[in-house]
Amino acid sequence: MRFLEQMMKIDRRWIYLAIGLAVIIPAIISFKVPVPVSKEVKKVHDFVENVGPNELLFLAMDYDPSSMAELNPMAEAILKHAFSKNCRVIIVTLAQFGPGMVEEITSRLAQEYNRQLGIDYAFLGYRPYPAITIMLMGTDFRVPFPQDYYGTPLDSLEIMQGVKNFNNVKGVIDLTAGNTADMWIVYGNGRYNFPLAIGITGVMAADYYQYLQSKQIFGIIPGVKGAAEYEQLIEKPGQGMAQVSYQLVAHSVIILFILISNVAYFATRKQKKAVGGAQ
Amino acid sequence: MTGGQLILNGLAAFLTLCIFSFLYKDNPFYKFAERLVAGVATGYWTMLLFHTNFVPVVWNRLAHDGRYEYIIPTLLGLMMWTRFSKKWSWVSRYSIAFYIGISSGISITLALYASLFRQLEATINQPLTFDAAGVSSFLIIVGVLSALVYFFFSAAHKGSMGVVSRIGIYVIMIGFGAGFGMTVMGRIALLVQRVIFLKGYVNSLTAFFGG
Repeated sequence: MRFLEQMMKIDRRWIYLAIGLAVIIPAIISFKVPVPVSKEVKKVHDFVENVGPNELLFLAMDYDPSSMAELNPMAEAILKHAFSKNCRVIIVTLAQFGPGMVEEITSRLAQEYNRQLGIDYAFLGYRPYPAITIMLMGTDFRVPFPQDYYGTPLDSLEIMQGVKNFNNVKGVIDLTAGNTADMWIVYGNGRYNFPLAIGITGVMAADYYQYLQSKQIFGIIPGVKGAAEYEQLIEKPGQGMAQVSYQLVAHSVIILFILISNVAYFATRKQKKAVGGAQ
Repeated sequence: MTGGQLILNGLAAFLTLCIFSFLYKDNPFYKFAERLVAGVATGYWTMLLFHTNFVPVVWNRLAHDGRYEYIIPTLLGLMMWTRFSKKWSWVSRYSIAFYIGISSGISITLALYASLFRQLEATINQPLTFDAAGVSSFLIIVGVLSALVYFFFSAAHKGSMGVVSRIGIYVIMIGFGAGFGMTVMGRIALLVQRVIFLKGYVNSLTAFFGG
């Protein structure tokens, strides 16, 4: 009982230390964890798989470095998948601190897969006010983006020839850490009715499954687990798969703490009630 | 990894540890890293907006393309700066009114359609069949109705109303639980990413110095 009482008063820094150690263990002793693939991630994979060589995929990377831990693995997996099957991709970012990070990822992977800027892919850059930018892109990509990120006029890019708006792309995948997902659902899919999938952080995931059920989005990649599933589907293990073993140990420690704290709570409550009754 | 990259990554590793030091208690290292992020972010965004937005969207269109209709939004934007003057701040209200008017006009219909009507439609069109999909549909209908009853305060939550409202709070709790579980995964992912980075940096240091 004394142990349980102490657990109720434990300094939270001991919990931080325990979680820190739990995360360090897989960094020293590496092991693999099976990752079952969910239906909603498979749908996104199958969609990219079926984009033909003359069709375009639109990828919005609406996140900044504070969310790169969860969303970079998704972005890399989708781009690797698209680039490896010679699918052409138009990329934008509607996150204010996104452009530098997106440019680094796209140019690195394009070099790795021998894809050419302006021919096989385009990075249009960043614009503020996501809702307005999405609606303007629905009219013509050239209205919010007269030039791409590198200052080249959109009309000079081979990939943009004959491409005006969302009618000319097969579908949109939005990777986001904020309410940009709502804007793509409301102002993008709601107004222009294009196929939309989202990749989101774990914090947001539970709030967006309703849109899957209402068919406003056709797929969803939830957090780092979703990224690991996508990597498994394309058979290219990356940052997502690397994180799964860490997640397993950390989650086990958290579950253990939740169990101990609940047992301690109920045991000490029972004791307090008994003491109160005796008095 | 070159020496320069090693120094830059060393700086990133140092700043990561500065931020983590807050878990023990607030300290000058944390404050330094926090303020550095705020300063760099402000500078980065200001220059990014100027070079990738103001120049191509406003300046080039007005000065080079002869698209003089862009004077109107430019003037509305400039009017916002009058907020810094007590005497002239009323001028900015016209810009704000214009913005709110347009935003409301666009948002109300689309938000109602995408966030309410489509969700209602998906809830109503549930196939109640005797299989797994039917059970799922039944749970969705029960979940939506009971959660709505929980927030219905015009009648006392007693009797059958109380039972349904009780189911509603359980449904809401399950939703919170799912949200919390996913949040834990997200937060751990942030920590894991930094640990992987620090591990990579230690490996690079060892390799660089021939360890």
